[in-house]
This record gives sequence, structure tokens and C-alpha cells, in this order.
Amino acid sequence: MSDVVEKTLTALPSLLSLDSQSGSTKLSSTSKLGNLIRGITELTSKHEEEKLIQRELVSIKEQVSSPNTSMRQMKELMVRAIYCEMLGYEASFSYIHAIKLAQQGTALEKRVGYLAVSLFLNESHELLLLLVNTVLKDLQSTNLIEVCMALTVVSQMFPKDMIPAILPLVEEKLNHPKEIIRRKAVLALYKFYLIAPNQVQHIHNKFRKALCDKDPGVMTASLHIYLQMIQENPEGYKDLTASFVTILKQVVGGKLPMDFNYHSVPAPWLQIQLLRILAFLGKNDQSTSEIMYEVLDESLRRAEINHNITYAILYECVKCIYTIHPKSELLEKAAKCIGNFVLSSKINLKYLGLKALTYVVQQDPKLALQHQMTIIECLDHPDLIIKRETLELLFRITNAQNVTVIVEKMLDFLHVNKDDYTTINLVGKVAELAEKYAPDNEWFIETMSTVFSVGGDVMQPDIPNSFLKLLSEGFDSVEEDRKLRLFAVDSYVSLLQGEPGKLPQRFLQVISWVLGEYSNLREELEAATVLRLLAKLLDMKSTSSETKSWVLMAMTKLCDGGAGVSVAREVCETYGSSLDTVLRQRAQELQHLSQDCELRARVLPRDASLEPLEVDSSLSFLDGFVSEALAAGAAPYKPPHQRQEELAQEKALSLQPYGLSLPISMSSCSIADRQSPTLLSVSSGLSGDSPDLSHKGSSTTLKLDGVKRVWGREGYLAQKELVEESVHVEVPSPLRSPSQQGEADGLHSQTPTPVSSPQPEQEKQQLASSLFVGLGSQSSVCLMGKSESTTQRFRRKAKGPVSSSGASEQISNSLVSTPSTANNLLCNNLLDATITSDLAASSLEQTSEPSQVPAAANGTCDVELPDSDMKESSPSLIRDNAVVAADPALHEDPDKLKDLCLSSHLPAEFSGLSHSEITPLCTNQSLDISACHLQKEDSLALVVFMYNSSDSDIQQILLELNSIELEVACVCDSPVQEVKSDSVAVCWYSLTVKRPSVHVEVVGVVSYQFPAGTPQSAQFSYKLPLTSFIRPLTVSTEEYGAMWLDFSHDTKQKLTLISDGQEPLTDSLNVLKKKLQLHVVEIIGMEGIVACRLVRDQPCLMHCRLHAGTLSVWLRSPVPDLPDCLMYHCQRALQEH
Amino acid sequence: MIRFLLLFSRQGKLRLQKWFMSVSEREKKKIIRDMTTTVLARQPRSCNFLHWKDLKIIYKRYASLYFCLAIGNQDNELIALEVIQRYVELLDKYFGNVCELDIIFNFEKAYFILDEFLIGGEIQETSKQIVNRAIDASDMLQETMEEYMSKPAF
Repeated sequence: MSDVVEKTLTALPSLLSLDSQSGSTKLSSTSKLGNLIRGITELTSKHEEEKLIQRELVSIKEQVSSPNTSMRQMKELMVRAIYCEMLGYEASFSYIHAIKLAQQGTALEKRVGYLAVSLFLNESHELLLLLVNTVLKDLQSTNLIEVCMALTVVSQMFPKDMIPAILPLVEEKLNHPKEIIRRKAVLALYKFYLIAPNQVQHIHNKFRKALCDKDPGVMTASLHIYLQMIQENPEGYKDLTASFVTILKQVVGGKLPMDFNYHSVPAPWLQIQLLRILAFLGKNDQSTSEIMYEVLDESLRRAEINHNITYAILYECVKCIYTIHPKSELLEKAAKCIGNFVLSSKINLKYLGLKALTYVVQQDPKLALQHQMTIIECLDHPDLIIKRETLELLFRITNAQNVTVIVEKMLDFLHVNKDDYTTINLVGKVAELAEKYAPDNEWFIETMSTVFSVGGDVMQPDIPNSFLKLLSEGFDSVEEDRKLRLFAVDSYVSLLQGEPGKLPQRFLQVISWVLGEYSNLREELEAATVLRLLAKLLDMKSTSSETKSWVLMAMTKLCDGGAGVSVAREVCETYGSSLDTVLRQRAQELQHLSQDCELRARVLPRDASLEPLEVDSSLSFLDGFVSEALAAGAAPYKPPHQRQEELAQEKALSLQPYGLSLPISMSSCSIADRQSPTLLSVSSGLSGDSPDLSHKGSSTTLKLDGVKRVWGREGYLAQKELVEESVHVEVPSPLRSPSQQGEADGLHSQTPTPVSSPQPEQEKQQLASSLFVGLGSQSSVCLMGKSESTTQRFRRKAKGPVSSSGASEQISNSLVSTPSTANNLLCNNLLDATITSDLAASSLEQTSEPSQVPAAANGTCDVELPDSDMKESSPSLIRDNAVVAADPALHEDPDKLKDLCLSSHLPAEFSGLSHSEITPLCTNQSLDISACHLQKEDSLALVVFMYNSSDSDIQQILLELNSIELEVACVCDSPVQEVKSDSVAVCWYSLTVKRPSVHVEVVGVVSYQFPAGTPQSAQFSYKLPLTSFIRPLTVSTEEYGAMWLDFSHDTKQKLTLISDGQEPLTDSLNVLKKKLQLHVVEIIGMEGIVACRLVRDQPCLMHCRLHAGTLSVWLRSPVPDLPDCLMYHCQRALQEH
Repeated sequence: MIRFLLLFSRQGKLRLQKWFMSVSEREKKKIIRDMTTTVLARQPRSCNFLHWKDLKIIYKRYASLYFCLAIGNQDNELIALEVIQRYVELLDKYFGNVCELDIIFNFEKAYFILDEFLIGGEIQETSKQIVNRAIDASDMLQETMEEYMSKPAF
């Protein structure tokens, strides 16, 4: 078919020779649009086109606004306006008319009106509100085509807030006799689910009905919703697995009507959708996976025809087989299938083959070995996309032995690559590999230098940050540290002696920091020489002022008297009067410190980087200054979101259904309404950040620790690199002996330089041997067992306390990225032209210096390290055949007796608290793990019981808990290491919420060993609703008012009211209070305010109002997602009542 | 999920654009520019897939027209290629031997067909017969209305 199309298209005479016969009947060449199009194609220059379109737009504008224009003409005008917009010219004046056309036109005009609306506007456009009524009307129309049009536009774009208005009508359409309407309705609901999942929660049972619809098209449409929901929460839909399998079986077996065939393959889109769903359901779940083995096998077998579409199904099938609990027979078939892809001559299939390999190589490194020659060919493929994908694959199989070759290939690619996004991604990977597997210092520094020059200013900022951290923290051997630093200094000095103008700014910053910090290590290098090299950077035009301040900082560290002072003096003269306040401050510092050695030694002590550094992140030392400024009439500080809100209120329509009523009704509170926030801001400006001040008047229990700070909001949030999320396998390699090292080096030196060689085959073989070392069969065995035996050259030293909070992590990062952000802030905010050196000096003492920062950052690495260990070890554990991953639902017959027994093991400190039912989590041979939780004031305690039912003792127990949403802290004194035969060991953990989610989950891995046995491991998970973490928050109405305006995340929804009593509002609130532990602050007439906090100390406020028989609820919190999650639980609580 | 669909000529002229994600006008222009330049610069025997930020771009050329589709990271590339193919088949069936001119002069029809085929970035209907029936039904309405109002519009 495609050939036919292609031929007819090519056979067409050249563009726009209008006398052609084919299709000319349909060319509306006489219409105005036709004239316009032809007019444009006849033009030769862009300028002429612009003139013509502008003229056209003026004429369209004139006509659309004329009252005499009929709807029919309007339709024609809209088509022309769409065309102009497609050419890139704005026709915003026509938007409102498009809406009018959709509203007032007859069916055929309406169709164009709706089309124009869907092309012109996007989801957030204000005018879309005007469409709501039209859609409402058309949904109720008796004309099927109008209903179709309305549903089509709704599923493309609809204002989120208006969904409740049309939801009942769309729901009704699920029962429509026409399948096309039912299908469109399902797709509309899918759209609603995507943009506002809360709003369609109550109709989940209707989705099930759609899934069982007699029309396969409607059923297919419902799978979109299920894919989405299952992806978010696979546990909730395990019961549907059998149904999905049955559907897939029927589809594969050709039971669907012919209509659904595509190139004689039955419903490929449906098949792929189902395979994706099954992959989510079967992931880490053996019993569910077992249900689908048969149908997967059949899918693989049936997909025989040599057509793109069957390959699409095969590819999805392979992905599914490798995602779910493994079955060796299927894996074998899937591996063969991947082989067919990789070896295919069709380039698209080869590409997908590489992708599939990348996906499975974690589990099966041998598969990469099988295809090594193909991989090498792809590495030199002329198509960059293929090359890139190959590098991605190599990245996954990198180990200490092949790292040099692989990194070299990556750097080669980076030199030719033009796309920034790829560069950022790949540069991150190179940095990661270099840090992890660097064979020696020289190689590491050189590789990182290339990374910095190639990655330039687009790379993720944490690459230079972590590089500097690595240098300053050092490793286990002092001598090694010295050598590494020395080598860095040497290579950077020679870089600066070359052409520093070509280096990216970030690299220059790294260089200046390293030279400032470590150039004294090279004794024969004089400080003055380095100073001169640095001063040269200042004179270059291309150097940014940020870099200049790094350079000045470095110079400050180096000007040790002698010749240095004169260089320093020169620089100070130039920059002492710079218009850039930061630079000027730096220059001032340099001047003062270069003259006063004693002060310098105190401010910038040598070797001080090991001492921890305390940062006053609240900037409380500025309180005096702030209150003085306020007293002098300065405008109080407003947080950005508040400023934006005010701005928005001035400009836009007020779309909030009940924005103003709350503060007015609470006239007693001192904060007036939203539009005059000055009064409020005075108090928040003072109280937000300095706890002493805010608590002076009231001795309430209000805790605002988690509340957004007014001062001291970190301007810079370190971005986590995307790359790090991809789980990768570390192929363990035992500690290398010198001889092995030599061997690996030898391999490296053998690596041929590509291009023009007499024996290309042999070269490839050599390349292969250097690329695929360490992937042998023994290593894959190790892979299953333990994963900690990697030699990581740059393993960071563990030091400092583990309990480093997230806040300090951010601060330390921000400090590394620019020299002393706190100082910059100080200058920018407080001082304009009159910076006194006194203040500069004093601020220097109070805030930090880059040289000392790494010490403060120590805690950070400690936190990261276990985390990454966890990541690395989990994939291999999951695949371990000994694993029995069970979820609570599968063990719903808890042995009451055992429960009683276990509860007697509860730690004494929990004796007064009531605990939840003890749930068995997993049973693995002779180790039973169960858990329960207890609510404490400031956290949730999770108690894990490990019961050893065997005759022998279990040893070397390592229990690790992890959670995406929660902060897990072990609170028992010493970790459990062994469990005696037939006894119970107990560990308990304190949980607090890190990232709110409707349900939160703790995933645990326990590994253990019998005295005479192999190591074993088991995995389990424990799920909790967010409500377990909600505690009442006791505040007064005034405090509530002050907090309300400060919080930036909110959500609003109408909930069902409990209306069986006299006072529905009070009743409803009491239900919420009882079920969710909320604190009812006050009820005034039709309104009520409620407060709660998420442990620990993340407040959430709720405002309820009776409105037309429903409860309008508005939730606000400083924490993103918290309002949405809480809304969900409120809804559930009220419905279940 | 499909994020956007672009049709452009070999000269880089945009012929059709459909956005299934919310993007600003400026961003749209940038994406269109990026897409046309990168896709047009591809060598003839390269693969039909590209990366753009975190999206996957699937493109295919039919005579003088390029069809360019952006899909999410988890989506299947090959089936996306078939989405393009099926759309071309639908156009072909509707216009009868479709050519670029049909799409230029009747782009609103091409949009109508697309709306029956894809909705909100997902496949709505894969059957050629059913899509055409839906289009015909709306067109019929149009025809009869047009007959009814056959007198000149002004």
C-alpha cells in the first residue's frame, strides 16, 4: 500500500502546476484561500510574503469584526486565519471569532469553528472558558455529529477547573447506544484523568464497564486509562491481569472483526497496549507473571510476517518478557528475537535491536558478547543516531577494564555531535564513568578536562561541583590525593599557558579554584606566576563576570606577599571601581587581604577544608538590618509567588469562585484581604525566618520549620542529573593485581586508531576484545550474588555525621557553584553603591568561602553513598531466583496467635501507643518478616519483626529499607545481625514524609545467611496511606490567616456533603477530624477553617464553604502535591462515611 | 502518547501541525524550526528515528512531504511509524491518490481526518472504513447544507 501512495505522490508534476489532472477537482483553486495560497507560492522573498500576509490579515480582521459577515463567510475566514497562523503569523484577533463560530454556526460551520479553536488555543488559554457553554449545549444535542464534535474538542483541550461542569454529561455518554460516542467519551475521560486525576476518581468503576464494553473499539480506548493507572499503581490492578491476558489471547488468536486488522495483523495497537500493561503488572511479581507466560509465548510465535508492524509487536513482547519475572524458556526466545533485530539489514530494526540490547544487558551481559561484532560495526556507523545508541549500550557494560576504550569512543562522538541535549547527557555519563572506574590520576584529570572543554557551559552544574568535591575531600590515601591534585595543577597551568580564551567559562572556574587551592603543592611554581596567569584571564573579553569573581577569589588565596602583592594591587585598581558589585567586593577583599597577612590567614586558612562549616541559612543576622529598613519605610519583602499572585490579580479575570470571602468573614484577624497584603507582609517579613521574633507574642505550638522562608530561600537548587536515574549494572571486578593492570593498559595501547588500516577485521577483533573484557561468564554469576566488590578508585571517604539535612546539601551545592552565594546576595540586596569595606570584611567572617565549602558538603556524600549502593544492588536482587517478593494482599490469613506473639516483642518505648495490625510481608524459607506501624507525634514508627522458624541461627542479616516518598531513619541502637533459631528480632524505624503521595510505600531488602549456606535475600514492601502521617495542627485564626497567604500550592474541589444531620458543615468537618486527624480551627456560619500538618512540620490548611449543597474545599500548603493528596483522602473519608 | 505531528515539504514549508501537548507559541516555532532543519538534513539511508530532548521523533518521507511525529520515551517507535503510514492511507482513501496539493488546499479536511484518527495524542480508530464513515457522515451534512444554501454568500 505504501508503495502505491509513494508512487502516486512522486508521479505528481512539480509543485503547483495547477493544470494537473489528478485531484484538481478538489482544489478549490477559485476560492479566496486558493488565491492566497497561490499568491504566496508565486512570491520569491520572505519579505514579500510577510507583506502579503499582513495585508491578508488586515482584510480578515476587517471582515470578522463586521456585523454583516455571515457565519458561512466566517467559516471561510477562519480557514484563512488558520492558514496564516500555520505560516507563523499571529492572528489572535480571530480566536474569539472561532469560539463564536463554534457557538453559533450550524453543524458544518461549527466543525470549522471547533477545529480553529483546537488549533489556535492551548489548554491554559483564558478564552477557552468561553467555550464551556457551547460544549455543554452540544453534548446535550440530539445530533450525533454535534455530540461527536464536542467530545472531540473536549478530549483535546479543556480547562481543568471546568471539568466538573461537563463531567456528568460525558459520563452519561458512556451508556450511549452508538459505539463511536462511547469511545470518544472514554477518551475524553482519559484526558480528564491525565490533567486532573482527582476529578474522575469516583468513576473508576465506570472505567471497568468500558473495559468490558461489547465493542472492541471502546474497550481499546479504555486501555489508555488503564495503562496510565497501572503505571502509577500496579498493585491496585493485579486482579485484572487475567482479563488482560484473555483479551490478548483473543486478539492474537484472530477473534476480532476484520475491521481491526492492519495489514492483516490483528489489532496491533491493541496488542502493544496490552503488552505494555502486562509488563507493568508482572514486574517483580512472580505469581502475576506466571499468568502471562503462555500468551507471551503465543505472541512471539504468531508474529511471523515480515512487516514493520509485526516487529513492533515483537519488540514490545521482548521488552515485556525482560521486565516481568523471568522464565528461562521465554528469555531464550526473546534473546533470539533480539538477535534478529540486531542482525537485520533494515536500519530501523538494527536501531531497535541496539535499544533492546541496552535494555536487557543488565540482566544478561552475555547477550552483548554474542553480538559484539555487530556492536563494533554500529560504533562506526555513519548515522549518528545509531552510533549514539551504541554508546548508550556500551555505557551499560562499562567496567574498570574497558573504561578507557569506551570513554574514548564517547569523547570521539562528543567532538562531532552538535545537539546540546545529547552532549549534556553524554558528558554526564563520561563524568560518571571517569569517577567510577578511572585507572589512574592522569587519565582521570585528562578525561575530566575534555569533559569540561566539550561539555562547556551546557553541562549539568553538578559535574564540576562533584569534581571539585572529589578533589578536596580526597580518598583513602593522602599520598594519592596529593598526586592527583598536583597533576591537576600541572595540567591546568599548562592549559592557561596555552590558549585559555578557548576554554568554556565553567572550565575556567574549575581551573581557578584548583589553582587557588592547590598550586602551593607544586613548590617550584611561584605564586606570582600563577597570579599572572590568572590575571590574564581577567583581561580577556570573553570572560564572564561570574568567572572573574572565581578568578579573584583564587587570587585572594594566592597573594602571599612578595611579587604577588603587586599583581594584586594592579588588579584591584582595575576592579575596585567596577560597576559589578560582586566583582568590586571581590577586588576589595583581595586588596585588604593581600595587605593583611594575619587577617588572611584567619579568613582563608590553609588546609582548613576539613573542618566542618556552619552556615546560617536563615540569615538571621540580618534581622536588625531588615527591621531598621522597615522602620525607615522600606517596602516589606514579599515572596515571589505572592508577588506573582498580586500581579495576576491586577491583570487577569478573577477565576476563583470564592477568593475573597474567607478573610472578610474573619474580620477579627489582623491580616486584611488578599489585595492589601502590606500589613500581613510586615509580620511575615519579620517572622518568617527568625523564630525568636515570631514567637515573641504567642506561646503556641505552631511550628513553621517546614514553611517557606521569607529570607534565605535558596536561589539555587542543585539539579540532579537525569543520567543518574538510569539504573546500571556494575560488573564486579576483583581488586586488580599489578599484572592485571598492566594487561588492561596493554589492551588499551593496542587499541588501534581507526581509519585506514590494512587489516580492518583484525582491528575490529582487537577493539572487541578491549571493549568486552570483564563480561565473561564468571562475572555474570557474580552479578547475581553480591555487587559490592567493584573496585572504585575514587570511592569517597566516609566522614562526618550521617544526618545531614537536605537543606544543607542544597546550600553547600550552591556555594560550590558560585563563590559564596550568601555574599552575593548580601551585595545585591542590601548594598547598592556604598559598599564599605568594613561590612565586606565582617560578612566574610560570617559567611563561607568556597575554599571551606567542601568540608560542609561532607555529609552529602555520605547520604548519597548508601543510596547508590542500594540502586546498584537492587536489580540483581530482584532477578535472583531465590527471591520471594510477596505483597501483603497475598497473605491475608495472618495467624492470630503469631500476631499476639509478635506484639509482645514490641519495643518498650512503644508500649503506650496502639499499633496497627501486624502484617506478614514475606516468607522466605525460614525467615518470616512482618511489620506494623505506630503513630507518634512527630513521625510514624515502623516496626519490622524477623522470625526465624528454622533450627539453625541466621547470620549476617542486613536489612535495608528505602522509599521514594519517605525519609527512613533507623532508630534501634544496633542493627540486628543475627536471629537465633525460633526467635524473633525486631528493628524499628522512624518514617517522615519527603514527598507527599496518596499512598506511600517502603521497600525493603533483607539479605542473610545460614551458617552453612549461601547468601539469600528477600524483598518486601509495606504500603501506607498518607493519612497515617497527618497530625492535627493547633493554630489560632490569626495565625491561620497569616499562614494561608504564605502558601503557594493549592487545590480546590467540591466534595459531597454529609447532609443527614442538622448541621451538615459541622458534621462533615467532624468526620474529617475523626478520620484524618485534622484540627478544626473555627467554624463561622457557612465557612469553616481546618489545619493539619504532615509529619514533621509541613502544614496544610483547609478552607471549607457550604455552597449549593456541596462542600467547596480549598487546600493550601507550602508543599507541592500535599493539597492534592489530602484532597483525595478527604473525598474518600466523606464518601465512605 | 503522541506529542505532536508536523507535516512539512522538502523546502521546509509547514503544511500541517497538530499539538497534543501544551506549548507556548514561541516554543512551537522553535520546535518546528528544529524539526525541519534536523529532519531535512538527514541522509537518505539513515534510520527514521531521532532524539529531541526527552522525546523520540519518528519521521517518514512520502514524495515531497515529510511526516514527523513526536512520541514519549516509553512508546514504541515502529508502531509510530505505522501511525504515519495509516494516516497517509486515510488521506489517500479520502482524496483518492493524495498529493501534497490536496493537503495544501484542503488542509482543514486533513485536520478533520486526523481528528477522527488520533485524539488527544492517542489512537482513536485504526480502521480505515470506520474513519471514512465518520468523515463521510460529517461531510454529507456539509454537502446537504451547502446545497441548501447554494445561493452566493454575498
